[in-house]
Amino acid sequence: MALEQVLKPQDFATEVHNDWCPGCGDFGILRTIQMAFAEMKMEPHRVTIVSGIGCSAKTIHYVKTYGVHTLHGRALPYATGVKLANPQLTVLCLSGDGDGLGIGGGHFVNAGRRNLDMLYIIHDNGVYGLTKGQAAPTLKLGVQTKSLAHPNINDAVNPIWLALAAGATWVARGYSYDIKHLVGLIKQGIDHKGYAFLDVLQPCPTYNDINTKEWYGGEDRKDETTGRPMPRVYKLEEASYDPVVHDNAEIEEKSEQALHKALEWGDRIPIGVFYRNELIPTFEERIAKRVPTYTESPPALQPIAGPNGEPLTDLTKLLNRLTFKPA
Amino acid sequence: MSPAAVKVNNLSWMIGGPQGSGVESSANVFARACAQGGLNVFGKREFYSNIMGEHSYFALRAHTDVVRSHVDEVNVLATFEVETLFRHAREVTDDGAIIYDPSLGKTKLSDIPTIEKRLAADLRTHFISRGLGETMDDMLAASKQRGVTLVPIPFKEILEQIANEFQVDQLSKISRIVNMIAIGASFGLLGFEFDAMTKALEDVFRGKAKVVGMNVAGARKAYDLAKSLVPDFPYHLEATKQTMPRLFLTGSQATALGKLYGGMRFQTYYPITPASDESEYLEENEILDLNGHALAPAGSEKAASVLVVQTEDEIAAVTMATGAALTGTRAATATSGPGFSLMMEGIGWASINEVPLVITLYQRAGPSTGMPTRHEQGDLRFALHAGHGECPRILLASGDFEESIRDGFLAFNYADRYQMPVIHLVDKALANSYATIPVPDLSDLRIDRGMVIPPNNGYSKENPYKRFDLGNGPVSARAFLGQEGTIFWNTGDEHDELGHITEDPALRNLMMEKRFAKLDLAAKEIPEDVKLRYFGPKDADTVLVSWGSTKGPLLDALDRLWAEGAKLGYLHVRLINPFPTESVVAYLAKAKRRVAVEMNFGAQLAGIVREMTGIAMTHSILKYNGRPMSSTELYDAIKAVTRRKAAKRTVLTHGA
Repeated sequence: MALEQVLKPQDFATEVHNDWCPGCGDFGILRTIQMAFAEMKMEPHRVTIVSGIGCSAKTIHYVKTYGVHTLHGRALPYATGVKLANPQLTVLCLSGDGDGLGIGGGHFVNAGRRNLDMLYIIHDNGVYGLTKGQAAPTLKLGVQTKSLAHPNINDAVNPIWLALAAGATWVARGYSYDIKHLVGLIKQGIDHKGYAFLDVLQPCPTYNDINTKEWYGGEDRKDETTGRPMPRVYKLEEASYDPVVHDNAEIEEKSEQALHKALEWGDRIPIGVFYRNELIPTFEERIAKRVPTYTESPPALQPIAGPNGEPLTDLTKLLNRLTFKPA
Repeated sequence: MSPAAVKVNNLSWMIGGPQGSGVESSANVFARACAQGGLNVFGKREFYSNIMGEHSYFALRAHTDVVRSHVDEVNVLATFEVETLFRHAREVTDDGAIIYDPSLGKTKLSDIPTIEKRLAADLRTHFISRGLGETMDDMLAASKQRGVTLVPIPFKEILEQIANEFQVDQLSKISRIVNMIAIGASFGLLGFEFDAMTKALEDVFRGKAKVVGMNVAGARKAYDLAKSLVPDFPYHLEATKQTMPRLFLTGSQATALGKLYGGMRFQTYYPITPASDESEYLEENEILDLNGHALAPAGSEKAASVLVVQTEDEIAAVTMATGAALTGTRAATATSGPGFSLMMEGIGWASINEVPLVITLYQRAGPSTGMPTRHEQGDLRFALHAGHGECPRILLASGDFEESIRDGFLAFNYADRYQMPVIHLVDKALANSYATIPVPDLSDLRIDRGMVIPPNNGYSKENPYKRFDLGNGPVSARAFLGQEGTIFWNTGDEHDELGHITEDPALRNLMMEKRFAKLDLAAKEIPEDVKLRYFGPKDADTVLVSWGSTKGPLLDALDRLWAEGAKLGYLHVRLINPFPTESVVAYLAKAKRRVAVEMNFGAQLAGIVREMTGIAMTHSILKYNGRPMSSTELYDAIKAVTRRKAAKRTVLTHGA
């Protein structure tokens, strides 16, 4: 870009009609992504957002950057392919909790092993919204949301635990109705060197009648003296919680602390950064150790043909090893 | 036995032994020594899905001329253990020889737990009918009865001598030398020059002087011994002068080379037999050279590399490669049947989003796990229809090493030009075989990236880039993620020109028609010599129709049949989709007998030919026992058809 244009959040909006239900928690996530991009002065063509399937996945159609709406559960490997081929792009990856932790659970685990430099956001509402409200992997055992015939027979997976176990090096949770806080988390997640995982609590007003906006906001339990609701969600950074691993010797302590914190649920639900460790080499750095030119000449930026289509790959060395020359 | 005429440089040789005992490298040394001496070789590798202990063997042909297949008969069988003898001694020709360890002679058939019950029962019948017992010595006696030369080699004594000479304290540390002792004995028997073997050992064990020394010493002792035991063996190998350089490679390597030459810079894979060989070869050679410094942008000469990523499963493999392809990278994945089964949804996504994705499909015997290390051409129809809904793709099937190189290259051109997945079919019989071939002339190959948006494109808010522009024919110019001015969207849903979701029925029709019109374009533009090739007289009464690796044994069988004056044609189809309907009709319309030759149960290509042309095959020659076709059995089967002695369906069954 010749001139640095100042883009506003609405400059990252498309004209596509948004068909989410009124009050959907996805609106908050969409808005915060656009705000974060504007605040970070992102150039739209340098950003790619990859999503899976479900209401969360439609987000990319409402954001004016490259948007790749893929298959159920497969956002992560598509995003990984984009980022590995062109690490100069900023890559965000979006899934729902069914998308990312159910059908896509295998990829969730393996993304942690790589520590690729990208941000993965799970829109976490406990239900499969677009297929009319079946129980999703983060819905607790015994909970009966409104379209379930019986209380949930499966227990919930804990995304924070899973992300830590898999090796994510930045693990956080946000709440889609706390826009300002969420913008901060998205910016941190993008800035983090390595694989950043952000679990966003996101009420589904149509199918999850248990974990509602009112429930998160504590409207069912008002302070007796003030008469004001006592929100369930609280911020880790306001609770003198330090998630940062400053030295490899701290990994065990900080992991234990994060796991312990991630068990809190019900009356008090922590949001904010649970764990941050930039001491683990990223996948890009690991590749560059093997292929020194990877950073400047990643796959997408390498020339492969001359002006008339002449193949530029020189096979001489490889062919020589396989050749028997006349004696 | 009357003294037989000497047969020079026309040999079928086999070595067998338990998996993991070094049989593979010994076959490699034998082949390399032959190639070193100017001979041409074709080698076939057979093994169980097992790490250690099960029987494996290599069948190798050495010839003055180029060889493209294996044959049923074995002239020299070399082994240092018993199971190989029980399994293969009956394949040795009457004028052939068996190299064996006499100290194992008393071993009984029942001592070998890895021999299948059916084969054991068959061998017992063999022994009883000859009034023999069931030891290895009995097996050898049966061979000797019909004239086979027995070459006893004291493997253990030679090993002990080597241990003494090189001061090795334990024989087990050098037990693998038995392989080279067997090779040394083979070359002594065949009168081949020993120097070629020394050179081959130096190549295979590069930088390990002591290993080379011990192996050379062991081989030399066996060489001299075999030579003195059988001074007048009728098969003879002689070094010949080659004037041109030759490649010695496997089908997997050939495919990998084609892909690299075609500019592939990203490949994903999940470990699977036999596809992993290609990815491992690529991984070993990830740093590439760029040529034409004048052509390459300044400073980029040393910047070429291919990124090979081992993924968590094949779903990740196909989707990750697709993600990479969206950035403009030439990207591929390589897999085999079970992995390909997991890729269906990803193929559909690439097709509806018009992403140039290359999938190299190494077929092996299915269904399900099937026989993972054995051969089949069973996935033609599967590849043709893979994925739900109707999604166009191009299917290329390689028949030999050069086609593997070319198709590896061309797959990317077609993927880019027609913006759709290209499935490159290779079968295990080709992937795992190795041969010497003349260095192919690839100077005609040019990289074609199809319609792409130039860097300075002038798109604006008012005039936005449309990834799926319907205004300029079926192919819309492609932009890459990260290219300024070209924001676009992709979705697995049906989409509009920008790439956003639509369920508009009229737009749906336009998009379906656009995607399929690209196939018509491909059918028009892809050159005839890529689509198919016809061998033999144009007016042949009998035309064979085949695809894939059967090309080698077919051409070798046909050379013999043509030499005998048979009027036979052979139509080798390489472009399966879009199907070259008109050309196939032209070649088949007048033939009286049309014979499908395929390594599957259902004659899959024959079905496609009938579907596309209305022409039915009159005969089929099929094989589905997991072993590749030999030129011997093809020769017999084709001859039966031409003599009108063949049933409509002939099933070939050879192979151990």
